[in-house]
Amino acid sequence: LTGRNLWQMHLLRPGRISPTELCRKCLNRIRKTQHLNAYITVTEERALEQAQQAERRLQRGVPKGPLDGIPFAVKDNFCTENIRTTCASRMLKDYTPPYNATVVQKLLDQGAVLMGKTNMDEFAMGAGSTDGAFGAVKNPWGYAAPYGERTRADPDSDWVVTGGSSGGSAAAVASLTSYLALGSDTGGSTRNPGSLCGVVALKPTYGLLSRHGLIPLVNSMDVPGIMTRSVNDAAIVLGILQGLDVRDSTTVPAPSSLTELPEDFDVKNICVGIPKEYHAPGLSEETLAQWSRVADLFEEAGARVEQVSLPHTQYSIVCYHVLCHAEVASNMARFDGLEYGHRSQMDSSTEVMYASTRHEGFNDVVRGRILSGNYFLLKRNYQHYFVKAQKVRRLITNDFQHVFSSGVDVLLTPTTLTDAARYRDFTQEDNRTRSAQEDVFTQPANMAGLPAVSVPTALSRRGLPIGLQLIAPALQDQTLLSVAQWIEQRVGFPSIVSTQMLSSLDLLQSLSEGFHIISI
Amino acid sequence: KANPETEQLAPQQLVGVVGLEIHAQINSSTKLFSGAPVRFSAPPNSLVSFFDASLPGTLPVLNKRCVEAAVMTGLALNCAINRKSLFDRKHYFYADLPAGYQITQQRLPIAVDGVLTYSLLGGKKRNQVMRKNVTIKQIQLEQDSGKSLHDDVRSQTLIDLNRAGVGLMELVMEPDMSCGEEAAAAVRELQLILQALGTCQGNMSEGQLRVDANVSVHRPGEPLGVRTEVKNINSIRYLARAIDYEIQRQIDVLQRGGTVQNETRAYDSKSGETLPMRDKEGLQDYRFMPEPNLPPLILYEDNASLPTGIDACQVVVVQKIKEGLPELPSVKRDRLVQTYGILPEHSFTLVNEDGLVDYFEAVLKTTKKEPRKVIGWVTNELLGHLKQEDMSVCQSPISPSALAELLELQETGHISSSVAKQVFQKMWRSPGKTALQITQEQDLGLVSDTAQLHSICQKVVDSHPDEVHAIRSGNKKVLNKLMGLVQKETKGRADPVLVRAILQKKTS
Repeated sequence: LTGRNLWQMHLLRPGRISPTELCRKCLNRIRKTQHLNAYITVTEERALEQAQQAERRLQRGVPKGPLDGIPFAVKDNFCTENIRTTCASRMLKDYTPPYNATVVQKLLDQGAVLMGKTNMDEFAMGAGSTDGAFGAVKNPWGYAAPYGERTRADPDSDWVVTGGSSGGSAAAVASLTSYLALGSDTGGSTRNPGSLCGVVALKPTYGLLSRHGLIPLVNSMDVPGIMTRSVNDAAIVLGILQGLDVRDSTTVPAPSSLTELPEDFDVKNICVGIPKEYHAPGLSEETLAQWSRVADLFEEAGARVEQVSLPHTQYSIVCYHVLCHAEVASNMARFDGLEYGHRSQMDSSTEVMYASTRHEGFNDVVRGRILSGNYFLLKRNYQHYFVKAQKVRRLITNDFQHVFSSGVDVLLTPTTLTDAARYRDFTQEDNRTRSAQEDVFTQPANMAGLPAVSVPTALSRRGLPIGLQLIAPALQDQTLLSVAQWIEQRVGFPSIVSTQMLSSLDLLQSLSEGFHIISI
Repeated sequence: KANPETEQLAPQQLVGVVGLEIHAQINSSTKLFSGAPVRFSAPPNSLVSFFDASLPGTLPVLNKRCVEAAVMTGLALNCAINRKSLFDRKHYFYADLPAGYQITQQRLPIAVDGVLTYSLLGGKKRNQVMRKNVTIKQIQLEQDSGKSLHDDVRSQTLIDLNRAGVGLMELVMEPDMSCGEEAAAAVRELQLILQALGTCQGNMSEGQLRVDANVSVHRPGEPLGVRTEVKNINSIRYLARAIDYEIQRQIDVLQRGGTVQNETRAYDSKSGETLPMRDKEGLQDYRFMPEPNLPPLILYEDNASLPTGIDACQVVVVQKIKEGLPELPSVKRDRLVQTYGILPEHSFTLVNEDGLVDYFEAVLKTTKKEPRKVIGWVTNELLGHLKQEDMSVCQSPISPSALAELLELQETGHISSSVAKQVFQKMWRSPGKTALQITQEQDLGLVSDTAQLHSICQKVVDSHPDEVHAIRSGNKKVLNKLMGLVQKETKGRADPVLVRAILQKKTS
């Protein structure tokens, strides 16, 4: 049951699936996979209550929609009413918001069942989910059969990272404890762990999903991300979450009420761009091979595949860092210990309390970004750093516009340089270096506000997922997902299935449907 | 070209230069970026939305009413209204600024380049109206902060966020003024304009209008001197005093050979001095950056310029606001002078007092008395009584029609002017009673019985031989004294025309 995707669950209705049974199975699985550290908070009681309500609706034959009774997880930087929301920071360790983020509320309104809040890098600053106050998230694939068999690794010392910063959400979906999870994506924070954990990870067009209730990293780039087990699932969730929100003035109306994707999308008439600048140093041979393989699939199917150039992409990372740190310095100013969050015991003066509260509450990464961000915003530096970075951002956006207006429908790129790194290798470099390396393919789409999705394509020689990224013009999310589904249908990426929990009937059915089965 | 005013000054004389920064709280039922209500003196922290408390994840949503108020104010002050304006964050740490930054309009404000025309009463009798202009550099929309209450005994600070996020219009007036009186007149005129527009209630003591003065001194023709910023001024009277004190202080400093420090000073209304504030702001770098959660604010010229698909109710149309502008104080004053033939200084008095113009015009509707004669009653008797008891026009116990009736009694010769004043007093004390009732009850009607007046006059003439002698020797003015004595005798009820005639006859 837990191994199916959301759409299959919906089709299996009515009568065959009990939401409470499903909820219990997922809660069980959360317990069994506790070592992954995917969740900061598990909302067990609430989840069961919600599941019972869903069950009654299903029994009466009046489900709220395809998500009614479906378990979901939420990254711990989305506000949840009466459920603590920590941003994986000591600063908000005991913070309980009085309201739900719009995207969370929309899922609850659909009857979806909240399982818990997922682990992340502190305030979403990181690319490994290794830098949070609640410890690192472990990649479920590091415990799956292929990795163990192919590398003879010791799971206790050789475990691999999930990527980040939404690593907990990616791990939750990959380890079958939730059918979908919300992440956030500022520079790749949804797509990066999505790729390393072998799940579909969508970063919608900027403004298509409300940010109200998402504790910000960079307001002008943040987008709620959607993580699912199939592209069609992502489309269903997008259809539910998208649209204007009066509480977020940067939202735009949805271009179409998108629900299901066409089963037989024809790629004959589309043009796939391959940006030459994405042949970056450090790109693994295996990822490159997958990139070529999928490009070839398109060509064989009659699509036009063209090399294109995005000349300013190379400046994206440095530009991103200036803009990101400046906004971080600003956004973090509110955490002063007065209204909410951690407050230091040192209170000899207001200033002393501010300083010690912020010193105690934030980790080195956050403090470092606040310091450099404030430096960039100083009157004497503003033109030289912030304004210049904004200009570069415009050039990067123009690059994309230029390519898309020349007839390219969608760009195909790698999502990450390599498959997931071992934790002990990953932590050889500091957060700043890692963020610069890991976001190189994902981050330009945030600069330009474009929709992008990472689709799992294959397992590496180490038995770890490799994903590819598609980028489309603004508000072309539906086209983007249609192309992504076309890839998904052809690459034959193995599904994760929990053999322990699979009934023999499900197993047989799954096998007959042509699923590869990897047990975790 | 010599200006008669500056010509009088010695060439080396130092003069004051005054600019103002004014924060006007927008009269709106909700805050600038949240739905929390706006009210003065509500229980602490009872008007605070999640956004106002800067809860993580909350976003600003611009209040249309506040935008309209700023546009309206900009139009009334002859500003250019920017069709596109931007919001910025201004950062500083302070306990009553929960987000650590204030959302303001630093780069591109909503209105720029305006001018405020105000008038001063000058000349020896202070009845000469002098018109002056001050340039309005810009009007920007921004958030108010909360309030801090320092409890020194327990060494703690209490925070009230009721005011946090209330919409403000910051108006920057260029240093076109030269003294406290000018600044006070300019602020008073602004206050009247804001009140006429309804965009700000303008009460300085409640903090709805807050004025900081930038003061410097220089010799005319030379570059401006180092300026100080004077804060903590909570009435127009104190504004004038604080500025004049500060100008004099700076002149004294310079004449002693010292230098003026660029600093913030607080006005102490008890001592009448300005004192340096503990100044942390000298080196403050506000680290401005664009507010990323608010798209540019776009205004439309008229309905025709609206892009297709945009609902006119969702946007601000400048033309529509222009059409709805009420009569501004200066226009009203000119109209009063022209329509009623009253003196310009009277038009100032009328317009200065909330509701007094309406009162005056209501009186005129029901009396045949000339406006020029009515005006004294309104600006002296009525206003004097109101001021004495600290009442507003709408609280007056004497309604316009009741006053009109009184004036009518006088106009038709039923009572003398001095009796009319007595009746006014009595009406004030016993509201509800008409002038006619009081006149009849107290027998205050004019005495025009010739025989009776003859006998009273005779008595007065008989008992004042010296005065009579003086009059007979040509000092006609002394007759007035005798008239006064007759009125005293009759409690002011004697018909003055008759009395004069009788007395003249008896003393000739």
